[in-house]
Amino acid sequence: MSEHSEHIVSPIVYMVIFFALIAGTTVTVLAAFQNFGQFNIVIALGIATAKATLVVLYFMHARYSPRRTQLVIVCAVFWLAIMLALTLSDYQTRQQHLSRIVPPAALYRA
Amino acid sequence: MHRTGELYGQFQTLEQQKESSTLGMWIFLVTEVLFFGGMFLTYTINRHQYFTAFGIGSNTLDIKLGTINTGVLILSSLTMAMAVWSAQVGKKGLVTGFLIATLALGTVFLGIKVVEYKQKFDHHLIPGHGFDVWYQVDNTKPETEMGKKLLDDEREELHKATLTDPDIQSHAQLYFSLYFAMTGLHALHMIVGAGLLIWLIKLSMRGRFTPQYNTPVEIVGLYWHFVDIVWIYLFPLLYLIDRHR
Repeated sequence: MSEHSEHIVSPIVYMVIFFALIAGTTVTVLAAFQNFGQFNIVIALGIATAKATLVVLYFMHARYSPRRTQLVIVCAVFWLAIMLALTLSDYQTRQQHLSRIVPPAALYRA
Repeated sequence: MHRTGELYGQFQTLEQQKESSTLGMWIFLVTEVLFFGGMFLTYTINRHQYFTAFGIGSNTLDIKLGTINTGVLILSSLTMAMAVWSAQVGKKGLVTGFLIATLALGTVFLGIKVVEYKQKFDHHLIPGHGFDVWYQVDNTKPETEMGKKLLDDEREELHKATLTDPDIQSHAQLYFSLYFAMTGLHALHMIVGAGLLIWLIKLSMRGRFTPQYNTPVEIVGLYWHFVDIVWIYLFPLLYLIDRHR
């Protein structure tokens, strides 16, 4: 049985994270109006991921949680990555263009 | 069930009981990650395919309201975190105060969402029979020179978009179907969260949360922050994908 004493995160840490999140939001909005070509989406998702990481680590106390809770969080990200990577690679490698796939019923009508 | 104070019979210490509860909540959140992940995946595939229509749809959203709502939600996450802290250090009055603040901010978020949905109804952007991406451009009477110029730009954009994607009406409907499904599902989670907060406020007013026992605040907090994270991704993906033209 673990005798893990509870870690209390101080309000100062919460305030710092809050302002970091607000700053992140501001940067996202400003960056969205600049043309970085194909990097716009990379920047937007990069900032979103940084913000989400801050929320998980500090607001959700993941940094101070027991190892097994941290393992569950890593698993969530891992399974999500599998789902996204395999499905997207499937769509990317298809010969047929998605919009040109004709539903079977339409074939019979002709 | 056998129970001593706040400690249920199957646990040996309050600490073990709390760890089990938070672990259980995290496992529930894993299923939520995959649930929302499926929606984000659907969105990504369709956006890749119908890039032009999704850009047109995205640019009709109100970026000012979206940004304010992001701020409101982040602030509500801060007050939620502060409620957890107040419970941990035994400031009972503050717990109630911060929980009420969180509930109020959550309600503001939902209120702004209602205003945004109403706009989409007014602009004929609800998928279905009355859907028309041209409606807004054709039916607005600009009052200023500036407004007239913006409207002309918008008309120009729509013309160009129709040339690249002749079936833009149906593909823009796909965007709005996903917009309503994803923000609607997120709003549903907010409503459930508001219900949980009301329950917490009731308990907190009876002085139930102490430094020894504050698991419900902690667990609802985890849920609330998760809903915040979903919005952190929804905001750039829905509102900001095609603003740089």
